[in-house]
Amino acid sequence: MRQNEPTDTVTRRSLLIGGLVAAGGTAVLASSAAGQQMLEHGMGAMPAPDPVNPYAAPSAHEGAHGQMMTVGRVDPETNGFDPTPMLTEWDLGTVTTMEDGRALRTFEVEASDKEIEIAPGVMFPAWTFNGRVPGPALRAKEGERLRIVFRNYGSHPHSMHFHGIHSWRMDGVPGAGLINPGEEFVYEFDAKPFGCHLYHCHALPLKRHMHKGMYGAFVIDPDPELHPEFEAVAKSRLLGTPENASWQELIMVMNAFDTNFDGANEFYAVNTIAHAYALQPIRIEKSRPVRIYLINVTEFDPINSFHLHANFFNYFDTGTTLTPTLRTVDLIMQCQAQRGILEFSYADHEAGQYMFHAHQAEFTELGWMGMFDVVED
Amino acid sequence: MTAPEMMAVSEDRPNRLLLLWLLLPLTLLGIAIAWIASADPLRSFDNSAPPVEAFTYERTILDGDGIRVLVRAGGSEPMKVAQVQVDDAYWMFTQDPPGPIARGSTVWLRIPYPWVLGEAHAINIVTDTGATFLHEIPVAVPTPVPTQSLLWQQALIGLIVGVLPVAIGLLCYPALRGVGVAGMNFILALTVGLLAFLLVDMSLEALEMSAASAVLFQGPLLVLLAGAASFMLLMAIGRWRGAPAGLALSFYIALGIGLHNFGEGLAIGAAFAAGSAGLGTFLVLGFAVHNVTEGIGIAAPILKARPPLWSFVALTLLAGAPAVVGLWIGSLAYAPQWSALFLGIGAGAIAQVIVEVTTYMTRTGKGRNTLLSVPVITGFLVGVAFMYVTAAAIKF
Ligand SMILES: [Cu+2]
Repeated sequence: MRQNEPTDTVTRRSLLIGGLVAAGGTAVLASSAAGQQMLEHGMGAMPAPDPVNPYAAPSAHEGAHGQMMTVGRVDPETNGFDPTPMLTEWDLGTVTTMEDGRALRTFEVEASDKEIEIAPGVMFPAWTFNGRVPGPALRAKEGERLRIVFRNYGSHPHSMHFHGIHSWRMDGVPGAGLINPGEEFVYEFDAKPFGCHLYHCHALPLKRHMHKGMYGAFVIDPDPELHPEFEAVAKSRLLGTPENASWQELIMVMNAFDTNFDGANEFYAVNTIAHAYALQPIRIEKSRPVRIYLINVTEFDPINSFHLHANFFNYFDTGTTLTPTLRTVDLIMQCQAQRGILEFSYADHEAGQYMFHAHQAEFTELGWMGMFDVVED
Repeated sequence: MTAPEMMAVSEDRPNRLLLLWLLLPLTLLGIAIAWIASADPLRSFDNSAPPVEAFTYERTILDGDGIRVLVRAGGSEPMKVAQVQVDDAYWMFTQDPPGPIARGSTVWLRIPYPWVLGEAHAINIVTDTGATFLHEIPVAVPTPVPTQSLLWQQALIGLIVGVLPVAIGLLCYPALRGVGVAGMNFILALTVGLLAFLLVDMSLEALEMSAASAVLFQGPLLVLLAGAASFMLLMAIGRWRGAPAGLALSFYIALGIGLHNFGEGLAIGAAFAAGSAGLGTFLVLGFAVHNVTEGIGIAAPILKARPPLWSFVALTLLAGAPAVVGLWIGSLAYAPQWSALFLGIGAGAIAQVIVEVTTYMTRTGKGRNTLLSVPVITGFLVGVAFMYVTAAAIKF
């Protein structure tokens, strides 16, 4: 978000109002219309590749965004990650059984410097987990033992600071798992509490390490056996169950990039690439319910938000409950590191394109806008 | 071999040898460039920092198709426009010609953005490195297009601010003819005063303009060089056959004032195009009154002569008509570096006439002492004060 500082606007405006009437001004301002009257004079010098009328409402084929859109496409090949598969791509690690019979889930994460294309044609010198922004979406089951092997191949000290319950020694702050380039650290703790969480680098200065791209989703599914009163709900949340399979689950990390390093963001997005889901809508099968794991990591701006068009959802703040913390809303706010689960359905809707975006219009217009392509199944 | 010896030798040799001596340093320079370019001995200085980037917005055009801007790249490497924001929203755009933009070259960016009449807008270019270049449009109004009626209307404004006041000033000629020596000195000093005001005013304006131009034009240097060159050139031409006096001096004053009015026209035209100046009656009249002294100044050296009638017409046109041309150019093909250049040239010309009018005074009067006489000092101060007070109506 940028604050434009109008320098001499006021004096010039008053000048305009004071003087527009007369002498030569009339030549320019024949009417109070928005400049269309200049059209017939024709500028001559310029080629006119597209006959877009900026004052006309965009037609359906131009899409809901009209001309308000970044130009071009980001090549997922060069980036090494694609925002569309990223929506459903979980890192489940490898599972072994410990001596006491409990499951031990091991993740491997590497930090590295990487130039990524965050909007068409715009390169950003990112710091990444596993070469992608956001980092891998780690998913585990409540009660499992987790072991995260972290190696720092980057050029700065980094860490993984998990939002969860663990010892101070595993916290990823300086003196507790913040490691130098070339070093390795193993974080180990139990997967609790269940919910929609995140991890991020906690090296200092924190702002820089956050907005350079060092964050990712960390989801702990509830163990249905531990929640007999809400067993069905817990099963629907637990990856791998038949109840869960009917859901369409999506990971959305709301992030932003300060490409000119002035302490304000130039690009806003879900999962890094500005306008990615506007240009390639997310396919939703109408009859299957939708669950979004939504996480806000936006730096510099105090809050971010998610607004769903033409529909309402139930919200589970931080995902740590099995009953909604907010029912029947179409907008939620999150400060940085706040997160939650959204559940909704298009079963009773007409198939078609449904928009979602931040309801800070500025974030929307700077890239944080997408579409659901709801199809009959 | 000492230097004088070498010169002595070379004088005896044929010219071809001189040429060879000239070739040697040139060849060495060529070899050095080739070596630096190919072997890259400076690579250890390469800290892999991103290239230096600079964009200068030179023109902004608002019309029914949206917004168009002419931008000049000034990067250490060719620059790429990746995205364009208008008012903090990414907007589709086309670039003409497309592709990376080499240092010093310009492209047009077409943005079909529905700008709003009379309101402010901001355009922000995002390059491939994520650097941003902001341009503010303080008040959006349609950019004038060169229709016949517009050119006429601008010509009319030019005549009012340029030709009319000079003509009015020159009409004082018969009345002023009767003045004595003191009155004559007063009028000449008044002329120097107004010219001194214009010199300072123009120099400041030229430097201000140059600040808005692309760095590679080296604006302040451009202004100084243009000013110095026009000063020296006009001095040399003027002194070809002795210091100018009478009608010749009047013509030099008219030329200097003409260049000033051209610069003034450019500024009005540019403000017109940028929508930042509504040319109200007040403003136009202000310019006219401000410029009346110019005519008196031009008349001063010929008060004791009897120039033919046509010369008055010629003097009026030379001093006033450039305002019309300036208005046209300023509103239709405005670029800050050109304005800076012309204002610099104008400042040099004004400096020349200040020198010449002062010389004329000392020569016709009692030498240097004339300059310290009461009429001269009063005249000078009245000239400056008049210009300062009337300028209050035209400065924003
Ligand atoms: Cu870090």
